[in-house]
Amino acid sequence: MSVATENLTGQVDILDQPLESQMTISMGPQHPSTHGVLRLELVLDGELVVKTVPDIGYLHTGMEKLFEYKKYQQGIVITDRMDYLNPLGNNLAYVMAAEKLLQLEIPERAQVIRVMMCELQRIASHMVWLGTHCLDIGAMSAFFYCFRQREKILNLIEAVSGGRLTPSYFRIGGLMMDLPAGFERRVKQFLDDFPAALEELTTLVSDNTLWQSRTKGIGIISPEDAIDWGLTGPCLRGSGIDLDLRRHNPYSGYETYDFEVCVELDCDVWARFRVRMREMFESYKIIRQTVDRLKPGPTKADAPKVVLPDRDDMRKHMDSLIHHFLIVAEGFNVPPGEVYHAIEASKGELGVYMKSNGGPKPERVHFRGPSFVNLAALPVMAEGEMVADVVAIIGSLDIVLGEIDR
Amino acid sequence: MSIISDVINSTKAVIKGMKITISKMPQKKWTVQYPDVPVTVQPRYRGQHLLHVDENGKEKCVACYLCAAACPSECIYIEATDDARPYEERVGRDERYAKVYNIDYGRCIFCGFCVEACPKDAITHGYNFELSVYNRADLLKTKDDLLITKQKQSKNYRVALSDEDVDSEYKEVDKVGIKFRL
Ligand code: SF4
Ligand code: SF4
Repeated sequence: MSVATENLTGQVDILDQPLESQMTISMGPQHPSTHGVLRLELVLDGELVVKTVPDIGYLHTGMEKLFEYKKYQQGIVITDRMDYLNPLGNNLAYVMAAEKLLQLEIPERAQVIRVMMCELQRIASHMVWLGTHCLDIGAMSAFFYCFRQREKILNLIEAVSGGRLTPSYFRIGGLMMDLPAGFERRVKQFLDDFPAALEELTTLVSDNTLWQSRTKGIGIISPEDAIDWGLTGPCLRGSGIDLDLRRHNPYSGYETYDFEVCVELDCDVWARFRVRMREMFESYKIIRQTVDRLKPGPTKADAPKVVLPDRDDMRKHMDSLIHHFLIVAEGFNVPPGEVYHAIEASKGELGVYMKSNGGPKPERVHFRGPSFVNLAALPVMAEGEMVADVVAIIGSLDIVLGEIDR
Repeated sequence: MSIISDVINSTKAVIKGMKITISKMPQKKWTVQYPDVPVTVQPRYRGQHLLHVDENGKEKCVACYLCAAACPSECIYIEATDDARPYEERVGRDERYAKVYNIDYGRCIFCGFCVEACPKDAITHGYNFELSVYNRADLLKTKDDLLITKQKQSKNYRVALSDEDVDSEYKEVDKVGIKFRL
């Protein structure tokens, strides 16, 4: 038994005194279906799970401490590496928290592009979830079709930002660069083909009786429990609670888009699966609307002391060059204060708590990672299930260990 | 009874799934046979850095240290020096130039902040992405490895046109060139 679980006295005493019929096994950290390096201590009674203890920390990198040694704009690259399936969402949460402290006004075009990129990233993230979820349960072929769709989105993100997995595309006060030429056409092309691809996946997975019998009635968590355990995102909506920060605490102009908050009432793996499948179509609808709204305009806020000047400006004008030097070399001072800003990431509520002491580096940055909180509810869901279904439940939580360990 | 209907339903589901799989078989393959076939990278792709030179072959970098200040992983090391000779004999374009310019690719995260910071457009991201080496010390690239006149470009990539559709579904690659599906 690892040191980590030994220290958890009280809660895990059952692990130390196994009954005659009980057996403790360790699942992970190299188990492929734990989506990274998660280790589970399972106490089994025959095939049934009596108790589950998640053991995390294998991927700990000390990111939150690292923020305190980096200037505000340099912190953006660290957020990419937390939830590596949804880096643009992380970028957005971080830059919006800093913008809240600085009270910046973001131009319309930048807002629309942010929404568009975040929704594309949400589809990409859900595609990885679907592929790996299918793979865990034993449906191999859907994985390839999911990754094909994701590849198209990653190509779009690469075209915009230059990075595939670590785009760092959003900046405090706007965007890194405007969209490349012809980008709208490419997004439209992707959108034209996407419903058919989603339909294909529905035929392949959702309509499959084998899939339904593996997911229905498994991993039930009641709405009250879901709230008590702090679930957010698709996991909460799968328990019948209508909460989506895009609708209930809108940011970046989400209140002006027409989309549906997907809620399912079954509280099981199947319900969470259905929520995400429907959400992909809602994201598709939002991206369609953003493409129509793209109008020429500035992509950076009008704040010369915070936002890097245009490159042409910087070459021609002395004051722009001085601002450029100051921002890059010394950073910008952020007014003292603390903020919490939460967005609806692909996995749930991603919150950033940021405290500034007035200097160019934050005093403290803390992340409320949705995967971390959602994973805590795994023991409740897995209790009394068959050991083979634990894999399905982990898949339905959609966790990313980079965000859990941070 | 229920067992029989279960078997029938499961068989139906398998047949339905196989229908999609089989319908994909005759289609064009999506997989890129790297390294036999070059991969397509986007124009903004962030690969190994290039240090640029001006039209007379003089280095553009003036050793202003901005890229080193912007770098979040602190992997750029510069030593500045002066060269008071006339332009024709100088190493750099201006009097001041970087005697040493190292980037440690064991630390670089390819974020592009150095490129954004450089006021002289002296450093940009190239497209080389095959950086693996057998010896960790070889990850430290010096000015000789980074200068655009000296850096060897790999044959395993192709840069896409600025608004090209790189997804094979949207185009037909043949030996002559690229045809778009319009
Ligand atoms: S790409 Fe980023 S990490 Fe690499 S040298 Fe430039 S600033 Fe530093
Ligand atoms: S590469 Fe650019 S930013 Fe870096 S020292 Fe040279 S001139 Fe300055």
